[in-house]
Amino acid sequence: MKRLLALLAFFLLTGASEPVLVTDISQHRIELRQGFTGAQLLLFGAITSPEGANAVRDYDVVVVLEGPARQMVLREKRKVAGMWVNAEYTTLRSVPSFYAVVANRPIRQITDPRTAAIYQLGLDSLQLSPSDSIDPARETHFAKGLVDLMQRQGLFHQDDSGVTINGGVLYSARIDLPSSVQPGVYTAETFAVRKGRVVASATARVEVGKQGFEKAVADFSQRAALAYGLMAVAVSVVMGWIAGRLFALF
Amino acid sequence: MDVYLPIANLSVNGLIIVGLGLLTGMLSGIFGVGGGFLTTPLLIFYGIPPTVAAASAASQVTGASVSGMLAHHQRGGVDYRMGVVLVLGGVLGTGLGALLFSLLQALGQIDTVINLLYVSMLGGIGAMMARESIQTLRAGSSGARPARKRRHHPLVARLPGRWRFYRSGLYISPLAPLLLGMFTGILTMLMGIGGGFVLVPAMLYILGMSAQVVVGTSLFQILFVTMATTMMHALTTRAVDIVLAGLLLIGSVSGAQLGARFATTASPVKLRLALAAIVLAVAARMALGLTWRPDEIFTVSLL
Repeated sequence: MKRLLALLAFFLLTGASEPVLVTDISQHRIELRQGFTGAQLLLFGAITSPEGANAVRDYDVVVVLEGPARQMVLREKRKVAGMWVNAEYTTLRSVPSFYAVVANRPIRQITDPRTAAIYQLGLDSLQLSPSDSIDPARETHFAKGLVDLMQRQGLFHQDDSGVTINGGVLYSARIDLPSSVQPGVYTAETFAVRKGRVVASATARVEVGKQGFEKAVADFSQRAALAYGLMAVAVSVVMGWIAGRLFALF
Repeated sequence: MDVYLPIANLSVNGLIIVGLGLLTGMLSGIFGVGGGFLTTPLLIFYGIPPTVAAASAASQVTGASVSGMLAHHQRGGVDYRMGVVLVLGGVLGTGLGALLFSLLQALGQIDTVINLLYVSMLGGIGAMMARESIQTLRAGSSGARPARKRRHHPLVARLPGRWRFYRSGLYISPLAPLLLGMFTGILTMLMGIGGGFVLVPAMLYILGMSAQVVVGTSLFQILFVTMATTMMHALTTRAVDIVLAGLLLIGSVSGAQLGARFATTASPVKLRLALAAIVLAVAARMALGLTWRPDEIFTVSLL
């Protein structure tokens, strides 16, 4: 916080010509280990404007936290001969494993759909890059399905009033990560928007990774699959045998 | 008690998982079924990724089978000769099943086939067992002698070459248990289960094995088939979560012992009726899942 205030003072005194965003995150590293049941990230910072503190009142702030993108097949069930079976499918080349967007007021009021699409602001502006689709209606249909599915799992999230701006300068946003987050490098992007245009942005990284025992197990299963499998079999046989012996005593 | 699962990448309530293991372990000890047909769907329902659920449930079934088999071994309830023939068939079957699996996966219809298999197999077997045990119960209560049952299915008698299976009280062709083992092996790969709920009724009604050795011998076969399945998953999908399996094991090995103890005191006919009821309930649930509009019609899978 001290560092932040010092930076803030610096920018206010020197009077940079462009609006500047100074950002920070409560945690730059999230450890997935025993006891991890999810985390809450606090993303905060300040906007400084060359025209002075009064001018920043008309800024809007949008914060996006995005997990590593993956390639996925999305299937849709249809009723065929009385049964719900997978019928249609599409391949999406970049689906973020986590996506949360937080703003100080509804994104539709902050900016126009085109700008929202360019910066991927909002759940309806995600670029999923379907590899097979040429029909926009079909594309939106599948995108809606994916967003709904991921929202139910707590992996996609949109909050139109989660950013609070104090005195027109300091802002803060909270984002909850469920325990089912995938490990990887997450990016946190903060956008300052004025009159529908993005005037400043800042990017930070959050590393989500396994630690200690959890990391050792995950590495073991990947690097020495045969030994890991034998160990799993041995553990189950030994545990079954011990239980058999223990109960035979009574 | 929150436990983070390193392969499934999420945290779960450890006590719920142990409780689930205890429940399926009891089933395993009482009826000689692995309980995989119950564990895997329940784990998926709890939010664990399907591949991790299937892979880890397999090693849980291994533990429960060892535990239950030891209990049955002590009272001479395992026909090892029959067991070895069944295991050989099971290994051949898993190979065939793996081929079928990749074929269906390429067509994108593996889920539907698995669900249909569950409904038809569970429904058919459950109904057959329920009918038989109700008939026996009625005959017993009215004081009449139960109708003389045929020893084994006429088709089994036609197969060439006969072996003696002393403990099972049978003199039949080894091809019959080999084919049965193969069939359950195929089901194991396709449905991600041990196959006990198919094996036990088939041993009773098709092979005509003596009821005292059915459960122990079925556990023997399940033990080896699930060991192979765990290895297969560790090598291919890498989805065996040892923490999840450990939690399930704690519950299921104790449950299997309690179950095996209970099984020796309870009436076998009533036990069969109870198993039939459970199997029919799962089949009904699966059938509803196929015909009702699902809550979520979209599914994702990683490429």
